[in-house]
Amino acid sequence: MPVLNNTRENEEDILKQFKPANRAQVVTNLSELDKEEILRLKKTGVDLDAKNRIGTFLQTNCGVVSCNCEVKGVEMLPITEALKSYDGLKDYYWKLIDPDKDAFTRETRDHLDNGYFIRAKAGQKVVYPLQTCLYIRNDKVAQRVHNIVVAEEGSELHIITGCTTHPHLTSGLHIGISEFYVKKDAKLIFTMVHNWAEEVYVRPRTAIVVEEGGTFLSNYVSLKGVKSVQAFPTCTLKGKGAIARFNSVIVAPEGSHIDTGSRIVLEAPETRGEIISRTISYGGHIVARGHLVGKAPEIKAHLECQGLMLAEKGVIHAIPELEAHVADVDMSHEAAVGKIAKEEIEYLMARGLSEEEATSTIVRGFLNVKIEGLPKELDEELQQAVEECHKGM
Amino acid sequence: MLHIEDLWVDVHGKEVLKGIDMHLGKGETHCLFGRNGSGKTTLLMTIMGFDGYEVQHGKITFKGSDITYMPLNERAKLGLGLSFQRPPTLRGVKLRDMLRLCGNGTDKGLQLAIEYGFETFLEREVNLGFSGGEIKKSELLQLLSQNPDLTLLDEPESGVDVENLNVIGDMIRRLLEKDKHRNRTKSGLIITHTGFILNYVTADKGHVMLDGKIVCHGNPIDIFERIQQNGYEECAKCQF
Repeated sequence: MPVLNNTRENEEDILKQFKPANRAQVVTNLSELDKEEILRLKKTGVDLDAKNRIGTFLQTNCGVVSCNCEVKGVEMLPITEALKSYDGLKDYYWKLIDPDKDAFTRETRDHLDNGYFIRAKAGQKVVYPLQTCLYIRNDKVAQRVHNIVVAEEGSELHIITGCTTHPHLTSGLHIGISEFYVKKDAKLIFTMVHNWAEEVYVRPRTAIVVEEGGTFLSNYVSLKGVKSVQAFPTCTLKGKGAIARFNSVIVAPEGSHIDTGSRIVLEAPETRGEIISRTISYGGHIVARGHLVGKAPEIKAHLECQGLMLAEKGVIHAIPELEAHVADVDMSHEAAVGKIAKEEIEYLMARGLSEEEATSTIVRGFLNVKIEGLPKELDEELQQAVEECHKGM
Repeated sequence: MLHIEDLWVDVHGKEVLKGIDMHLGKGETHCLFGRNGSGKTTLLMTIMGFDGYEVQHGKITFKGSDITYMPLNERAKLGLGLSFQRPPTLRGVKLRDMLRLCGNGTDKGLQLAIEYGFETFLEREVNLGFSGGEIKKSELLQLLSQNPDLTLLDEPESGVDVENLNVIGDMIRRLLEKDKHRNRTKSGLIITHTGFILNYVTADKGHVMLDGKIVCHGNPIDIFERIQQNGYEECAKCQF
C-alpha cells in the first residue's frame, strides 16, 4: 500500500521523476488532437463542441491551445499574459498561498508553465459555464499551472474544469496552484473533474476567499485510478453572511491513493459552511478530510463524510474536524464508513433485481450527491462513469 | 399456488419453524395469527428466501416449482412479493426510480403514486424520514408495480392511522384482485395482530401459529374472534 509521506524528500523524489512540460511536445492547434483525445476530454467534462459553454481554455502540457470567451463581461487570459498585462497581478498572485509552502509551490513559482486568469466583471451574471482544461499529453511530464479566478462584486460565474491525461499515457505530475477571489455578493461555482491515469501524481494547492454575501460552491469528482492525489483546498469566509459548500465524489480503485478534503474557515458572523464527501474504495486508499473552523459568532457549519468499502482490500480514513473559537457557533459533523448493508441488497433483490443490479443501484444512490449547476450532459457522463467503474470492480 | 410440506427452519442456529404444512390456492387470501415470536415473520421470510433462514427439512413449492433453495430475486421474478415491515432506507435512490425498478422499467407505479396522492414522495429518497403509514404506502406501491402472484404482507396495518387504513386496504384489495370474483389469480398471505385489515380485505382462511407450528385452521373471522375472547392458548385447542 502506498503511504503518503509528505516529507521534503518525498516531494523532491516525486518532482525528480518527471520532465518539465516546457520540454515536451507543444500543440498549437485544436486540430492536432485526435478523436480519441477529444472523447477523453469530453468524458472529463470538457466538450469542445458544446453549445452551452460560454468559453474554453485548453492547455496541453505547457501550451495554451484555446483561450476564448464569448461573454464580454468575462475576461479570460493565459496567466502568463495576465501577469504581463496587469503588472504581475499584484493583488492576487501568490496572495492566498505561500509560495514556500512546499516543493510543489516552489516548483510552480520558479518554473511556471501557464494556467488561466478569469475575471467576471462587477454585476456580470453568466448562465452557462465556462470550461477550462489542463491536459497532460505526453508521458512523464510535469505540468505546473497557476490559476486565478476573480468574481467581482455581484457577479456570477460557473467554471467547469477538467484535468486529464492522454488516453494512452500512464504517468505524469500535475501541480495546480489556484487562488480564487469571490467578492461582495458574487457567486462562483467551481466544478472540477479529475480523470487521470494509474501513475499520475496530482498536487493541487487551492485557496479561496469569500467576501460579504458571497457564495463559493465547489464540486469535485474523481472516479478513475490515479497514483496519488493530495489536495486540501481552504476557503476563508471573510465577510458577513458568506457561504461555502464543498461536494466531493471520489472513487479509488486498487493502487490509487487519494488524500483530499476541504477546510472552511468561518471568520465573519453569520457565515455558512458545508462539506459533503462520498468516497468509495475498490481497494484504493482514501483519506477524506474535512475541517471546519468557527471563529465568529452566529455561524453555522456542517460536515458529512461517508465512505463505502467495496473490496476486501483498501482503506478509507475519514478525518472530520470541528474547531470552535467562540461560543456562539453551530457546528456539526457526521461520518460513516462501511460496506453496503446486506439488508439493502436483499430489499432490492426481493423486488426482482439481481445482486449485481442491487449493488450498483445502491452505489449509484450513494454517489448521488446533489451537484448544483452541473450541466445535464456532464451529469450523464458521471452516471456512466459510475456505472463503468462499478462494472470494472 | 403455494404448497408447504413439513417445513423446519433455523434462524441463528435456533429452531424456529417446526414442521409447517400449508396449502394456499390460486386466488386465495390467508391470514396468519399468532403471538410475537411464534414464527410468523420467519415463515414469510423463508418463503421469500432471505439469507439467514435456514431450511433444515421440508419443501416449499410455488406455482409448481420447488423454490426451497431458490435465490431471493429468482423467487421475486417467479411471482413472489413481500411487503417489508421495517424496510431499510436507500440513500440517494428516489422512490420514482425504485418504482420503475420494481415495475421492470414501466411507469405503472408512478401513475399509481399519483392516483393515491403520493406523488410528492416520488422525489424523496426511499424510506428516508417516512412515517409508518408512508412506509406501508410506499411498500404497497412497489408491490403494485411489481405485480406479484402471491403477496406476503407482514402486519400491513401497523403504524397506520384510521384514515389511511382505508387507502392501505384499497391498495391491498387491488393487489389481490379482490374486485374479481371469478378467475382471480392473485393470492395473499397476511400476518395480522389487530385483525383490522379483515375489515378491508376478505380472507378465505386463517391459521394460528404457536411456537413454530400451525395449531389451528379455519374461517379467519371466527378464529380472530375466538382469539380476542379467549387468547391464543385456548385457540391452540382448535375448535374448528
